[in-house]
Amino acid sequence: MRVTRTAKAGTLESNDIFIMVSPSEAEGVTLELQSIVLAQFGRQIRETILRTVAARGVTQISILAQDRGALDYTIEARVETALDRALAEPGVIL
Amino acid sequence: MHGIEFEIAPASGETRRQPLPEYIEGYGEVRAFEGAFANVGVGISDHRPRRSKSVRPGQTKLLATIEEALDRAGLRDGMTLSFHHHLRNGDHVLNLVMEAVARRGVRDLTLAVSSIFPVHEPLVALMDAGVVTGLATNYMSGPVAKAVSQGRLKKPAVMMTHGGRPRAIESGDLPVDIAFIAAPCSDPYGNCNGVRGKSACGALGYAVADAQYADVVVAITDHLVAYPASPAEITQTMVDYVVEVPSIGDPQGIVSGTTRITRDPVGLAIAHKAAQVIHASGLLEDGFSFQTGAGGTSLAVAAELKDMMKEAGIVGSFAAGGITGYLVDMLEEGLFNNLLDVQCFDLRAVESYRDNPRHLPMDASMYANPFSKGAVVNQLDVMILGATEIDLNFNVNVTTGSDGTIMGGSGGHSDTAAGAKLAMVVTQLVKARLPIVRRHVTTITTPGETVDVLVTDHGIAVNPARQDLIAALEASGLKVVTIGALLALAESMTGIPDEVTFSDDIVAVVEYRDGTVVDVVRRTK
Amino acid sequence: MKRLRRTMLFVPGNNPGMIQSASVLGADSVILDLEDAVSLSEKDSARKLVTKALRSWSFKTTEVTVRINPITTVYGPLDLEAMLEVQPDILLIPKAEVASIQEVEARISAYEAAKLGGEAVRTKLFALIESAAGVEHVHEILASSPRLVGVLFGGEDYTSDMGVARTMGGMEIEYARNKVAVACKVHGVDAVDTPFTDVDNHEGLLADARKAKAMGFTGKAAINPRQVGIIHKGFAPDPVEVRYALRVLEAMEEAEAEGKGVFSLDGKMVDAPIIQRARQMVALAEKLGMVKGSTASKDTKNANDSLEGGLV
Repeated sequence: MRVTRTAKAGTLESNDIFIMVSPSEAEGVTLELQSIVLAQFGRQIRETILRTVAARGVTQISILAQDRGALDYTIEARVETALDRALAEPGVIL
Repeated sequence: MHGIEFEIAPASGETRRQPLPEYIEGYGEVRAFEGAFANVGVGISDHRPRRSKSVRPGQTKLLATIEEALDRAGLRDGMTLSFHHHLRNGDHVLNLVMEAVARRGVRDLTLAVSSIFPVHEPLVALMDAGVVTGLATNYMSGPVAKAVSQGRLKKPAVMMTHGGRPRAIESGDLPVDIAFIAAPCSDPYGNCNGVRGKSACGALGYAVADAQYADVVVAITDHLVAYPASPAEITQTMVDYVVEVPSIGDPQGIVSGTTRITRDPVGLAIAHKAAQVIHASGLLEDGFSFQTGAGGTSLAVAAELKDMMKEAGIVGSFAAGGITGYLVDMLEEGLFNNLLDVQCFDLRAVESYRDNPRHLPMDASMYANPFSKGAVVNQLDVMILGATEIDLNFNVNVTTGSDGTIMGGSGGHSDTAAGAKLAMVVTQLVKARLPIVRRHVTTITTPGETVDVLVTDHGIAVNPARQDLIAALEASGLKVVTIGALLALAESMTGIPDEVTFSDDIVAVVEYRDGTVVDVVRRTK
Repeated sequence: MKRLRRTMLFVPGNNPGMIQSASVLGADSVILDLEDAVSLSEKDSARKLVTKALRSWSFKTTEVTVRINPITTVYGPLDLEAMLEVQPDILLIPKAEVASIQEVEARISAYEAAKLGGEAVRTKLFALIESAAGVEHVHEILASSPRLVGVLFGGEDYTSDMGVARTMGGMEIEYARNKVAVACKVHGVDAVDTPFTDVDNHEGLLADARKAKAMGFTGKAAINPRQVGIIHKGFAPDPVEVRYALRVLEAMEEAEAEGKGVFSLDGKMVDAPIIQRARQMVALAEKLGMVKGSTASKDTKNANDSLEGGLV
């Protein structure tokens, strides 16, 4: 599954993660991750994002993630919200 | 998630990630840390001879330029130059002097700077060029700290403590060739103080050992007054030359305004808990003595103590530090008999230091030197400390971040922890996904045997060596948990952080206050 | 002893940092807010975040309440559906009137039948009564769902509905407050008072909390963490009353030892209701660490911690 629209979720506040998803030309999931805890948790954040995207059945997408120390449940929530927004029919209230 | 299901037992024995080497290139033989009091209170230490110089009547010490001072001082390759940090991030003097030094083509210098700030960025270029190849400091932040972490200083930086630095200078472990004393006020014969002039900074406590024991002492001032200057915290008998410059520093950076008590509700909740611990310890009675860092949460603890002392009618003997306007208020309200001041953080503190006879000076040696016949820290009842990390043995890291880069240093941390009856680390358990409690700290700054209590938003842990304290806290209704339980809780929230990888290169040596090596910092990959 | 709800602290539902610090701020209950604290464009985001938080984050001994959007909006039913999956302790139903509470009750029952094989959800309800009709129909509202365990009175929206000014003196909400407090007493549920909106006025808040207590409210809403300690202070048992209650129980023990059925204290007959009140008062005081020799914390902020285990 691909997304046809760009969508955002989350904020740059401490403990949160800003997620922007957009359609991708390339196959697969392209993830650009910035994080204030990249050395210690970069791998885990990446895994959480990719896992959440896969669970939603999305296989082709471009993601920008700017992390400010979000815990896993927040990362999942923000990614799912961005995906829901990107996949929603226009005009539907989520 | 349903709370703690398991505990993590404290590590036994070696808590360093790697054992200490026996010899370090650019540093020398490593005398490994043997215990906080292994070398303290067990003997008499020798001083480096204090050098004097005869000056004839009519001879002037006042020189026209810094260049002339460098000529007279005989600046040569390989020397050690020292500076104090009372002008903090508003300092101009170090950069001014080093600019002049660099122009002369001198190389391989060691700088002994009591603390290094972002304003000292020009040092990085000097490090890269080989003009400066060694650093000895108690605290560093900003571009210099980053550059040292990247290995751009030829020799490993030596990280000392506020008490260990004067020890090293006095004993000759750190022999200073030329000391540059930034003096907010000086007379032409070298009597200096920090309370007058446009760049007033208050106390000059970190400059005294340098002035006493350096081979050549140069006072640099932007407020030259007629002889004799009054007061004289550094006296004419210590000073060789005096140079006047247009400005020694930026007041904005020197006295950065009164530090504010935190408004963060979590910080306030932690401060409240910390105050309850102090109360339960039984130390809060007449004659109480106290010191705290200048951070927002530490000040919030001071605020709670103030209320408790007022309510109980307690008069403390002294508050020490790092003095802020808040502590000055407490002095003026009669909650403490005296303040003992090694540096002033804001204008209110400077004015009180100048005007109030009960606001007393203490130089760094008197404050914290373990070999100075008994330091002020030995008289402290309670010390409030911060931490970047703390491990299962209560070892504290305030030198590096969890990513391994240098972002601080002991300052007075190790000294006050060793001296105080109750040394409390006060912090959030987790900050932006980073657990403060670790199995192993990235760098050991302060050994766990000197740390008594950890107060977090999620619980209070007490060093098992303090069964008396555990009993006292529980008797007053406070719940005490193990530090292992706090670690488990932190990791259940954040996940277990990946280990940061380091190369073998040692970029800094962390010395304990007695000069032994407590840990090293390696370059991050 | 019944769970204390002296404070219910509003926390914005779309803010992970605040959600994560909610349980250390000392409130008896936190209200994760999906309604007024969240803009329309972020309703989905907040709902998702709170759902995930309730699944993965431990609030320890702090009670968790979620204020969903009004059931008449497009968001309300979506919030309700999501919350039933994670079952917070309480759902706070805004704009509570008979119809809206009945609708929520019906939806929950339908969910139980369809998804839980008839088993009951653990989630209880709080009615946020914030309109003239809500106040007038408080008895019917409380009778319309067995899941209701309390009422939160919302003075700001109520005065808006009434078309009157909201003042410090509070004369304009006095009738409503009294009525709500009495109705809650009749139905045996908690009565939680409207928030005090002047966040920097600590004396004003303390006075208002004491007033609410005197009216029969069992707690007060807080909109800022700094208000929590002050409200707890306002609702703390009066030490004079506690001392009297202790003496009543002491006298009762003496009377029993002497084989006496009734007894008097300070010249007044002490009968069953007085003994009952004394017992409750002493139990509460012990819980708050006001009674010497008790191992409970003296700190009135963390009273519920001695109920269950977990870290302080």
